[in-house]
Amino acid sequence: MLKSTDSAEPDSPVCPERGALLDEVRRLAAPLLEAPPFTLNGQHKSALFTKALRALSRLHAYSCPQYRRILHSEGVDPDTLSETEQLPFLPTALFKRLKLCSVPEAELFKTLTSSGTTSQLRSQIFLDKESAQLQQRALIRTVSSFIGPARLPLLILDCPSVLKNRENFAARTAGVLGFSLFGRERCFALNDDMQLQAEAVESFLSRHLGERVLLFGFTYMVWQYLVEALRRLGRTLPLERGILIHGGGWKSLRAHAVDEQAFKAGVLERTGISEVHDYYGMAEQSGTVYVECEHGHLHVPDFAQIFIRDPHDFGLCGRGERGIVEVCSLLPRSYPGHCLLTEDEGVLLGEDDCPCGRLGRYFKICGRLPQSELRGCSDTYAATAP
Amino acid sequence: MDNLEKYTQAFCEAFEVEPEQAKNLKYQDIPAWDSVGHMGLISCLEDAFDIVMDPADIIELGSFDLGRTMLRDKYGVQL
Repeated sequence: MLKSTDSAEPDSPVCPERGALLDEVRRLAAPLLEAPPFTLNGQHKSALFTKALRALSRLHAYSCPQYRRILHSEGVDPDTLSETEQLPFLPTALFKRLKLCSVPEAELFKTLTSSGTTSQLRSQIFLDKESAQLQQRALIRTVSSFIGPARLPLLILDCPSVLKNRENFAARTAGVLGFSLFGRERCFALNDDMQLQAEAVESFLSRHLGERVLLFGFTYMVWQYLVEALRRLGRTLPLERGILIHGGGWKSLRAHAVDEQAFKAGVLERTGISEVHDYYGMAEQSGTVYVECEHGHLHVPDFAQIFIRDPHDFGLCGRGERGIVEVCSLLPRSYPGHCLLTEDEGVLLGEDDCPCGRLGRYFKICGRLPQSELRGCSDTYAATAP
Repeated sequence: MDNLEKYTQAFCEAFEVEPEQAKNLKYQDIPAWDSVGHMGLISCLEDAFDIVMDPADIIELGSFDLGRTMLRDKYGVQL
């Protein structure tokens, strides 16, 4: 951690106006956001990323008083950051306790809440138009690298009511909506009682025979309401050309002793789908997703970075060592969520050398930290289900 | 019904508004045109003109006027 001897009053912004800072962020982040998302090697990326993250930290320090105080109390001056990993990370849980916002209230566009059950506090994420649009663009670039640029018939493994509650915009809604961008002719596979609508799904599929079809859902729901439901019904679906994207966490499935292999085997047996991509992401950095490639590795896009930290001293773990996942992203402009310590354990597997050809780091998630709450999107329904 | 009427009709259908109101709309002007309503509008437009829009265009389509130019210039709809 950098120690600064500067004892300036933390509440006095020393920077010029926000507009100029924001322009600097846009300029420095552009090379990482506008190219295809897995094309920069570690060495090339590192310098560009640190510069952009420094500008982004400066913007948040100027615009968000709490963030400014956090940096000050850590003795960190964003201007003197020489490496990305020197920037203090905020624990994701902080967004549940504090309203952390870097734009004037009048510019707020949407408030996103993390998943969580009624007994738990939820994170609040404040978005302005620019951040919301950046998230969507980044999601498109990232996901297109895995499913191609064309929009496909989309089967959503969720119920229509997930889109009903528009005021309280939950992460599950955001996920379904975000991935709806990749679909045309949307069909919801479940009714509002979470029953698989097998006839409706078959009729949808019969209209798209021989076409590639995209399926999207939260991991637990895919298992419980598709794979298990089809097993109970003794049915299969003709989805040999389907692509399944799922995310939201494994905690409740692991409790049922279903691991990645069993999940993929079950999906293949009941639907014929062999192209399955898990993704990792969180409401606190929505738009930044880490998608699993054909070799089973989660990939970090150019506009983001991950570090694995030792749970005892928060030092950096080496390749292959298990630790706490820290995520950095250049997308959050309206709230200081650009550098976060998650509640997940993971392992850095490598950098620039995945056989799939994508450059950048790749990793895997081992699960939630022991003391952390049950909280993934996919687990929300599990926790509230009777 | 000419194309402009069909185009306007898609907004009326998606957001339950009158044609006069539709013509001045921008994203987020009314509660119905939020991100959920937006995907509904895109389906209406795609059905009306039998087109499939690019994801990047979907997020750019921020107003009645912008959509009209986009459909004309990028999707060959006479508008």
